Amino acid sequence: MYGIGRRRTAVFASFVALLLICFGNAQAEVKNSTADHSKFKELQQDFKTGPEVTEACLSCHTEASKQLMQTTHWTWEFDHPKTGEKLGKRNVLNSFCGNVVSNEPRCTSCHIGYGWQDMNVSSSEALGEQQVDCLVCHDKTGTYSKFPTKAGHPLYEPTNVNGKVQMPPDLTKIAQHVGQTSRENCGACHFYGGGGDGVKHGDLDSSLTNPPKSLDVHMSKEGANMTCATCHNPDAHNVPGSRYATKVIDKEGVDIPTSHYKDHASCDSCHGDKPHKTKEKLNDHTDKVACQTCHIPEFARGGVATKTWWDWSTAGKMDENGNPLNIKDDHGHITYMATKGDFKYAENVVPTYAWFDGQMNYTLRDEEINDQGVVAMNTFGGSANDPQSRIWPFKLMRGKQPYDTKEKHLLINHVFGKDDASFWSNFSWEKALKFATQKAGQSYSGEFGFVETTMHWPITHMVAPKEDALSCQDCHTRTNSRLAAITDVYMPGRDHFPLLSSIGWGLALLTLVGSIGHGLIRLISTKRGGR
Amino acid sequence: MANGKIKTLVFTRFERFWHWCQALLIVGMMFTGFGINGAHDLIAYEQAAFLHRMAAWTLMGLWVFAIFWMFTTGEWKQFIPTVHKLREVVRYYSIDIFNPEAVHPYRKTRKFKHNPLQRLAYLAFMLVIMPAIWGSGLLYLFYNDWPALGLQNWSLEPVAFVHVAAAFGMLLFFIGHVYMVFTATPVTKYLHAMLTGYEEVYPDDSETGVKK
Repeated sequence: MYGIGRRRTAVFASFVALLLICFGNAQAEVKNSTADHSKFKELQQDFKTGPEVTEACLSCHTEASKQLMQTTHWTWEFDHPKTGEKLGKRNVLNSFCGNVVSNEPRCTSCHIGYGWQDMNVSSSEALGEQQVDCLVCHDKTGTYSKFPTKAGHPLYEPTNVNGKVQMPPDLTKIAQHVGQTSRENCGACHFYGGGGDGVKHGDLDSSLTNPPKSLDVHMSKEGANMTCATCHNPDAHNVPGSRYATKVIDKEGVDIPTSHYKDHASCDSCHGDKPHKTKEKLNDHTDKVACQTCHIPEFARGGVATKTWWDWSTAGKMDENGNPLNIKDDHGHITYMATKGDFKYAENVVPTYAWFDGQMNYTLRDEEINDQGVVAMNTFGGSANDPQSRIWPFKLMRGKQPYDTKEKHLLINHVFGKDDASFWSNFSWEKALKFATQKAGQSYSGEFGFVETTMHWPITHMVAPKEDALSCQDCHTRTNSRLAAITDVYMPGRDHFPLLSSIGWGLALLTLVGSIGHGLIRLISTKRGGR
Repeated sequence: MANGKIKTLVFTRFERFWHWCQALLIVGMMFTGFGINGAHDLIAYEQAAFLHRMAAWTLMGLWVFAIFWMFTTGEWKQFIPTVHKLREVVRYYSIDIFNPEAVHPYRKTRKFKHNPLQRLAYLAFMLVIMPAIWGSGLLYLFYNDWPALGLQNWSLEPVAFVHVAAAFGMLLFFIGHVYMVFTATPVTKYLHAMLTGYEEVYPDDSETGVKK
């Protein structure tokens, strides 16, 4: 007993130490840093462009670009270790904006480099070390931003944007005020995936920049005040955590400070697999149910709606004046855009649940689809019998995508650009698809249609306070069980044996009626006998 | 006494304690158990499951004492089954009982306080319903340790089936048992005996209902 107690104390102390290291760094960069970048000679320059700043950064941080150019943030490529699929933004299709290739200067505004114009050429071939964008992640002034259509560059001169003059960011001031990444830095791209705030993920949107504790216990200032990098702690600029190969469980257990690098991008990295102290029965669930399933009861809880339906097939309608049609609903959400089609949004969304082993398969551009049904744009493994799987919450994204009706595969689309072929200029599917498939080198019969699709996005952020976690009866119930779709396990409370119940209650009723009848006859005969 | 019966302590203090605690626990476990099963919504799953587990452990503890008591006192012999006079007792409960003049055919004594029908019912209770409900219940309780016990290929569904089926058996026993309590003359005689421990029975050295 004594030994166990000591070990627990040691683990706890290590955990506290770990937290101190994490938060100490995050909070005290101004006070505690040994370097004040505004005093560096290298940064006393009138920087005109992003790459000029990077060159100055590299004069001290000599290996930074080399490190970064090894990462998915740079390559937008991911060779899946299990499935062998070639994934990454350079390759995959999604059911939002579709694909990067042929839409580069717009999509690559969220690339971590400057000026990647062509997906057919890898980022490392196209760009050099000076084209790594240090500021988008390390700006502490909150004034740096990459312009939406400049392939990752910010504005360099005052520019008229929709009738307003937008000033370029002050690169010199920003370069002199750099530091560790904050929620704002990561959020600048990751909160806006899919073309707008909260559109894509559902558990990542601008409400997480400064969330109340009810929205996110870890990142709230009233909570642990963590940054993204507290859990997604980078190793040589490589940020752990992946939606292609998700770490469903951390087999190494609770992290303690050690000499070797260890990422924390999973709940059990810090909480272990027996995190419940007062309701220990809950610990019996951690081998089957992901923490997220109970502790993220709903997503899109921060007041930002997420897109749940995107139907490209209706795009291209004009109003009576021949201008592109746009329709807003009562909440101010755009429900139709000529450029994009029909949308549906949702807030406070109850996730869909499925067994998940972390391994995502994508329906890539050359994969045959069955257009008779709904096409899954991504699929994943997992079952009750697989010890690596957990029941996981997902955002289910639905919609319709263009596909080749003869060759039966999804089609690359060209939406952005001032050229004649882009859908957003000319609203011609024929031209846009022809241009895009040629650009991407994709086979295309020339005949297209639209097929309904689903896409599953694993939910892992927006962890609620424990009071708001699901209760037992949200799943263990015959009606409206959250886990109604998990059919390969017997769940007490949800499942029962109808025939056994009928027979059991039938016999009980017979016994009761028999007893009462027996008793009544006794009563009557006693009275008669008494007379 | 005129009829030859003597007021005797038939149910000792421990036996009564055991009986009524077990009664309370079993009623509670039927209520919470059928709540977990989903047959009623009178209690939330979480509370039902918690109380069911607590009651299970309490009942197991009680049984440890009960088994110890059975063997140290020799009272287990009260449950040895017999067919002697079984036919008469069955006939009494199914026919003669409706005749107010009829007398129970079993001569109850301190050492032979259960009639042959009771012995069979209690033995079935202890050898069929209880093992089924305990066996499946313990497997249920230790579901998370199945892999460590080498049972990783077992499925919860058949275990749950046996558990629920045994619970229905328990319910049937319970209804019958409660009814039978009130077949005495006067009707509360058996209940009174189980509460106070005292009942008028024949002395053990008299001719009993069971062959010695």
